[in-house]
Amino acid sequence: MAEDRRVLTGEHFLNGDHACAEGAMAAGCKFFGGYPITPSSEIAERMSERLPEVGGIYLQMEDELASMNAILGAAWGGWKSMTCTSGPGFSLMMENLGLGVVLETPCVLVNIQRGGPSTGLPTLVGQADMMQARWGSHGDYEIIALAPNSPQEMFDLTYKAFDLSERYRVPTLVMSDECVGHMSEKVVIPPAGKMPEVQRKYTTKKPGEYLPFDHPAGGVAPMVKAGDGYNIHVTGLTHDERGYPVINAEAQDVMVRHLIDKINKNRDDIIDVEEIDVEGADVIIVSYGISSRTCYRALDMAKEEGLKVGMFRLVTVWPFPEEQVRELAKRVKAFVVVELNFGQIYYEVERCACGNAATYLVPHAGGDIHDPADILAALKEAAK
Amino acid sequence: MPAATPKRDEVRFTGFGGQGMAVLGYILGRAAAVYDGKNATMTQSYGPEARGGASSSQVIICDGPVYYPYVIVPNVMVAMSQEGYTKFRENLTDDGKMLVDEDLVSLAPDEDLDRVYRIPATRFAEELGRKIVANIVMLGFLSALTDFVSDEAIRKAIADSVPRGTVDLNMKAYEKGRAHGQQVAGDRSTKAEA
Repeated sequence: MAEDRRVLTGEHFLNGDHACAEGAMAAGCKFFGGYPITPSSEIAERMSERLPEVGGIYLQMEDELASMNAILGAAWGGWKSMTCTSGPGFSLMMENLGLGVVLETPCVLVNIQRGGPSTGLPTLVGQADMMQARWGSHGDYEIIALAPNSPQEMFDLTYKAFDLSERYRVPTLVMSDECVGHMSEKVVIPPAGKMPEVQRKYTTKKPGEYLPFDHPAGGVAPMVKAGDGYNIHVTGLTHDERGYPVINAEAQDVMVRHLIDKINKNRDDIIDVEEIDVEGADVIIVSYGISSRTCYRALDMAKEEGLKVGMFRLVTVWPFPEEQVRELAKRVKAFVVVELNFGQIYYEVERCACGNAATYLVPHAGGDIHDPADILAALKEAAK
Repeated sequence: MPAATPKRDEVRFTGFGGQGMAVLGYILGRAAAVYDGKNATMTQSYGPEARGGASSSQVIICDGPVYYPYVIVPNVMVAMSQEGYTKFRENLTDDGKMLVDEDLVSLAPDEDLDRVYRIPATRFAEELGRKIVANIVMLGFLSALTDFVSDEAIRKAIADSVPRGTVDLNMKAYEKGRAHGQQVAGDRSTKAEA
């Protein structure tokens, strides 16, 4: 019965938030701890209905700090876990996101971005948390963030986020936005046989021999779960492979280097992009999430005007596809970055272009999406 | 990937929060996407109020993929509030259709009456016993006057979208609106022939 309800196979008409919840269910998420906030509440709402059907738990927490901690605890208890939020809630989750990073805890955090700063535009779209996703918690670390641009991708990429979070033992972010979250489209959910539950790797070592924070070359240690008899220590302090605090520069170097290397050395496995007509293009649009949907139209308009334009869509935003952008920069005249902010991913593109290609931004404060005509104007300018 | 322009229909629903404008868009989109095998994208906008504020939804129905997810120039607009009518009436294709609840919308003096189709949707719903199904009356009206989603698909989408125990009432509402639409369409063609 529970297995039947894990994957809702079939053709549905779902909004992005609901599709996200179904992606989590298919991945085998069993715990949701959260504090509902527009425009992410529909994810929480659906999880509250769906989790009991598979013997999971939905827990409404007192705030976002507690929500983030609850999902870390659930993960160490042996369950796949997630939370979702938006706007101020994302800020409140930042401290404990860092705890998740340093404890190398697999879990998924979904941000349905709205306009900010502060309370901002609760019901309207924004994409201005992209750098917060990368650098929002204090200290040095690498993170994984995916940016779906349709309800179908909300399903697909939430499922994928669980897989990546397990394989790299890192909290994984789904950086969506209000438009995609509230947009309804057809979502095809494959048969359960094609959507196996995402598996966690558990240790085969005996208690006493097991090192919870070991770092085999470029990889991560398997996990254990509370109650299995492994007496281990987990702490936010800088720690050694056993998890015991070691407060010195050498231990810091080993631990932080590991947190960064396990992502950086596996960039090829993690990074996913969509390329459209990139070969032979003079100008390349770089975009992600809802903005990329506007860009598809601008791309059409530009082609009608005879411009040689391609598109490089970030499906994975973090780690940033540095190598690809660096290579493209050697072949094209310019990049046009389209995002609902005043320059976040834009600066990443400019950095990786290394002066080989000009970088233009089509900024937008949020609350609405770009007018395709504004993108077209930037493409014309860039093609000159 | 953007290719040759496939057939794209755009509908805008506008009214008050609580009238079910989002549900209308959802049912039409679901009918097109799940039961007619087309691509459909439904989006909505609303304010922070639970009820009473302006509410609208949009549906794009396309033979190919829907890239840009919003209405550019709608070919059908449904107005169930004066505010919605006034705000969006300028933005409609030349041969577009304007469907209005005639008891809730007073037409502008310069309105092109040839494009306007009127129905007392809320009054019909009240006659059926529940004002809340006015949106489904309107859906029936739309179904009779347009051809981008099949009648059969819409009926299926209503059946699996409305709350349990209300399917019969909603079907009656749909049929009431559809019958009125067929009558209006019939009158128009008779008038055109004469």
